Amino acid sequence: MMTDGHIPSNAAQNDARLVVLDVQHLTKLFGGLRAVANFGITIRQGELVGLIGPNGAGKTTIFNMITSVYSPTQGTVSFMGERIDGLEPHVVNQLGIARTFQNIRLFPNLTVLDNVRIAYHHHADYGFFDSVLHTPRFKAKEQELTERAQEFLGVFNLQDRQGEIAKNLPYGEQRRLEIARALAAAPSLLLLDEPAAGMNPAETTALMDLIHFIRERFKLTILLIEHQMQVVMGICEWITAMDFGEIIARGSPKEIQTNPKVIEAYLGRGSAALSEKYRKTREHAA
Amino acid sequence: MVKFIRGVSRKTWVFLGLAVGVYLIVQVLLSVGVLNDFWSTIIRQGAVMAILALGLNLIYGFNGQFSLGQFGFYAIGAYASADVTYRWTLLQTANGVTVLFMVVVLVGVAILGLRQLLSRIRGVDALSAFALYLVLTIVAGALAVVIGGALAGPVTTLLNLLPPGWSLQVVFFLAILLGGLLAAEVSFLFGLPVLMLGSDYFGIATLGFTIIVKVLFDNSDTMFGFAEMKGARGMVGIPQLSSWFWMFVFLLAVVVITRNILQSSYGRAIVSVREDEIAAMSMGIDVASFKTFTFVLGSLFAGIAGGLYAHVGGFLVPDSFNFVKSFDPMIVVVLGGLGSVTGTVAASFIWSLVLEGLLRLVLPQGFETWRYVVYPLLLLVMMLLKPSGLFGNFEIPYLRQALPALRLKNNPAPAEATQGSKA
Repeated sequence: MMTDGHIPSNAAQNDARLVVLDVQHLTKLFGGLRAVANFGITIRQGELVGLIGPNGAGKTTIFNMITSVYSPTQGTVSFMGERIDGLEPHVVNQLGIARTFQNIRLFPNLTVLDNVRIAYHHHADYGFFDSVLHTPRFKAKEQELTERAQEFLGVFNLQDRQGEIAKNLPYGEQRRLEIARALAAAPSLLLLDEPAAGMNPAETTALMDLIHFIRERFKLTILLIEHQMQVVMGICEWITAMDFGEIIARGSPKEIQTNPKVIEAYLGRGSAALSEKYRKTREHAA
Repeated sequence: MVKFIRGVSRKTWVFLGLAVGVYLIVQVLLSVGVLNDFWSTIIRQGAVMAILALGLNLIYGFNGQFSLGQFGFYAIGAYASADVTYRWTLLQTANGVTVLFMVVVLVGVAILGLRQLLSRIRGVDALSAFALYLVLTIVAGALAVVIGGALAGPVTTLLNLLPPGWSLQVVFFLAILLGGLLAAEVSFLFGLPVLMLGSDYFGIATLGFTIIVKVLFDNSDTMFGFAEMKGARGMVGIPQLSSWFWMFVFLLAVVVITRNILQSSYGRAIVSVREDEIAAMSMGIDVASFKTFTFVLGSLFAGIAGGLYAHVGGFLVPDSFNFVKSFDPMIVVVLGGLGSVTGTVAASFIWSLVLEGLLRLVLPQGFETWRYVVYPLLLLVMMLLKPSGLFGNFEIPYLRQALPALRLKNNPAPAEATQGSKA
């Protein structure tokens, strides 16, 4: 199935906002397995975009390619107008792309404070010999960095937890810490990989508020992978749906909800027709 | 300088005071004769093991790379520094110092320069980079031997101007440092291709390294022309210069450096690699560089420990660097607790005082051969009863990372956005 033919390219072409992320013809082969095929997406400044699809559709692989953990078999990734595919992961992060992980990847045996401070390593403005000798310059910078980290934890209401070992935090706080850590180094693009996985409805609602809040406060552009339709439909401006490594639909949450291909991908063949029938009977009733 | 001294915290002064106190007590006991030569050797062996094991703890405990190569770098440091002091005392020439100095400097400059260059031009794959490093090292090394040889004469005269006792100590100090730096440079070259491997494979590769080094020293006289090393028969006549004073100085320096690095952004980056490599690289940490950095630092300590060891007994034999012995520092690190500096130092002295010292006095002759039954059993019991090591996460106050006080202004986050998820 070719994507460009009948699936509209996302958003309006005449949008004047800066293109933050531009992915073209991204393909990843694992041996004979085609995990992602000809994936493309353009995200403009300030957008909150969703990426959905059943398990194994290739969503996380796309994240891994954007952040250079995997190198794409084919295709290009551009960030702020510059090619970033082929760079090393830490360089990609330093350029301004941060991410969270599907199965939380904190530094489990370190304190909450250190988890955040590690993200500042690139900004730690002292040399190796300053750190060997703990010079006054080192102490001043370290103090500054620590205060910045504490202030940052305060934004996420984790300041009282700063001395806690990360793995001992409750699940919801671990998620929050992971987002805090990702945002500490002031990225301009945030990739969230199933942030609501394993959360109950109350936590999910709080998470949605949090995402709205960080987006406003840090002027972020966000790309979000999510399974929980409540989250995706509630906060995303537009959505790309995938199955078997390919894009199957694009559009606003409403359009996606009724797209027969999406329903088929999630619920199986035949369910699209059923759902159509259901919708019609509902419309009749109304 | 004044600012620097004023900035030193009270904790640090207390620690330094106590350390000097311990040094003085042991020194007095040694001078008076309460501790005889046997115990003096045992104590100094403890210090050597502490430096060696601290290096390994950095690599394994803090950076998470399972390395069995520590003994290889220990051997390199031992032989390099022993050769330098041997040439000075018995052959009356400083060519050991000058050649080793030039090798360390030129190879160091070559490595650092090439590293700068490679970081600018991206896209050189690891093995090509390794080949480049290797070629440049060989060229720099050859050049260094020529220059160092030429400098030997004048430097010998210069050193002879010092009072005789002093010149020997200067040569000894330089020999230890240069031996350590040589081991560090070798570890950089060896680490380039090998650190790319996953943890288990890395362990096997480093074990291979230890075996290679041992075999090379077996053939040091025939293959490499170091006649004074006498190959597998063992090198004799090394001046016994590793006094308790030097042991203390080097051990203190290593502890302070380790502590200072660990309590800085570099240390946090090192530990983050152990905790989760993928997360670390996604947080902007250059994982490959930090693995190399830690490996080189740990090997530097191993080289220094080797140099000190060589000058304890005055006798070096390649067989004492065989791979079975290479588990000794691993045992000490695991015994003391992975990621605990206090534990490592304590376990080193426990290892030397109890296992090497006390048991040898208490148990009948021939116990030594049973050591490799006792150590594994000890390790087994340890793993069953207290897998986190004797000291677990415990650190003395000086080595403990203080939790910085909270100084927060008003909390700017809306309550409903960040609360509510108290699962």
